[in-house]
Amino acid sequence: MIELQNAAYNYGGGELLSEVSLKLAPGSFHFLTGPSGAGKSTLMKLCYMELTATAGQARVFGNDVRNMTRDDIAEARRRIGIVHQDCRFLDHLPLMQNIALPLSVSGKDVEAEKGNLRELLKWVGLDHQENALPQELSGGERQRAALARAVIMAPDVVLADEPTGNVDSEMSQRLLQLLIELNKMGKTILVATHDLALIRMAKSQVNIRVLRIANRRVQLAGADL
Amino acid sequence: MTPKSSQPGFVDTMLETFQGDNAGVVPATGHTAWLTVFASGAMAFLAVFALALSLATGRVADRWADELARTATVRIAAPVGQVDAQTEAALNVLRTTPGISEALALTDEEQNALLTPWFGSELDLESLPVPRLIEIVESDPGYDRDGLRLRLAGEVPGAILDDHSRWRAPLVAAANRLRSLGLLVLVLIAATTAVIVTLAAGSALAANQQVISVLRLVGAHDSYIARAFVRRFTLRALAGSAMGTLAGCVAILLMPDPGEVAQNNFLTGLGFVASQWLWPLIIPLLAGAVAFAATRTAAFRALKELT
Ligand SMILES: Nc1ncnc2c1ncn2[C@@H]1O[C@H](COP(=O)(O)OP(=O)(O)O)[C@@H](O)[C@H]1O
Ligand SMILES: [Mg+2]
Repeated sequence: MIELQNAAYNYGGGELLSEVSLKLAPGSFHFLTGPSGAGKSTLMKLCYMELTATAGQARVFGNDVRNMTRDDIAEARRRIGIVHQDCRFLDHLPLMQNIALPLSVSGKDVEAEKGNLRELLKWVGLDHQENALPQELSGGERQRAALARAVIMAPDVVLADEPTGNVDSEMSQRLLQLLIELNKMGKTILVATHDLALIRMAKSQVNIRVLRIANRRVQLAGADL
Repeated sequence: MTPKSSQPGFVDTMLETFQGDNAGVVPATGHTAWLTVFASGAMAFLAVFALALSLATGRVADRWADELARTATVRIAAPVGQVDAQTEAALNVLRTTPGISEALALTDEEQNALLTPWFGSELDLESLPVPRLIEIVESDPGYDRDGLRLRLAGEVPGAILDDHSRWRAPLVAAANRLRSLGLLVLVLIAATTAVIVTLAAGSALAANQQVISVLRLVGAHDSYIARAFVRRFTLRALAGSAMGTLAGCVAILLMPDPGEVAQNNFLTGLGFVASQWLWPLIIPLLAGAVAFAATRTAAFRALKELT
């Protein structure tokens, strides 16, 4: 699905990531961990094509990102559910429309999908909030809303950057359950987090692989978690 | 959703812009919105006057040019007994003058008709030494005025060449120039509208970088994002210029009526005549099209740079 081959990234002050190779096989569940500032979000951005590797290559759905036009990237993103680290909503639109945004953007009939939208809101436990504006939601609600928006297009891959960033442990657990459910539905999942407790919790329920960024490289973490 | 194989035409693209449900994805930005509406309104108001000036000077130029072609005369002022002989002599001179295509002596009735408004109908022409008038029709290159004067002075002592309406020639030229300037002003107004809309759209695009990045995150094509902006600015320009045009037309309607006599003057005759009233209708359409093209260009350029 998504593959990095000897990829590097450099914001200008020296390489932040070097010789990164990873492969997200269909249906796999990966965690990406590492200290704050290690480059987790940067690696996620390489995966969803917001950044282009400064060396090596990234392949998304088999295509070399360097050869993709902006329209190609837009098309590919419709198959990737992205939960951004800061969620990122359109603050002037109510929750329902924010979650429906991927549908509107790809020209789908939002009215016809209203049923699915309601179901999805119920799934993330926000069915009573559909008319709320994003800034009226709590941190955990925003994270769940971001997850709902990420999966509305029934994507093949879900990339979640710190999905439990600023929520309490109970909410973390709920979010994790949603991600596990998605994986059981066959979705490929990559979650970046510095929350080791979350990883341990996941490990006890599904088959996961944990990647760790250390010294600019990405390694497969052992049983030391 | 975006046709890839065939290049859509301007009208197709424009229609597509006003379909779809991307109306609300870009938040309404208060003051650029009103600046655009106001500026296109003001520009349309000015455009109405430029158009009126252009059309009015055009009418005046046509009328004056028409009169110019017919208004040179030769007057024969001679003692009563010699008028006919001198008229004949003058006609001979005129017929052999290159650049004059026709020379016609007015009949008594025609002269009467000309004089009646001044002296009343009871006038007995026979009893007065009324000069005989010969009307000259010039051909295109015109005739040598001074040469003709000299010949007439030599051969027909009572003849006076009167081409006083010549003074209008530079005015006709000026009116024609004014008509072209009016059209140039229209072009400048359209260009200024394009500049204003481009700047406003540019600032709206810059102010909405967050929105654009969210839209891109969920897989929006440039064309989708551009449409949201283009639609908004085109509608604002249309609305503003429709109001400006309406205000301009009302202002012209309210201009003091100059009456028949003053119709010859482009200042008092400023306005539209009959079907010319249809012309201002194109101003909002033009403004909409200009705004559409300007925003589209600005949006695609900004989106290309914003990666
Ligand atoms: N746009 C940027 N320009 C320059 N430096 C950046 C940019 N984004 C992130 N960085 C730097 O790259 C490093 C890694 O950032 P990030 O990938 O967000 O780490 P993490 O998500 O693991 O906390 C940080 O030191 C950060 O300051
Ligand atoms: Mg991060």
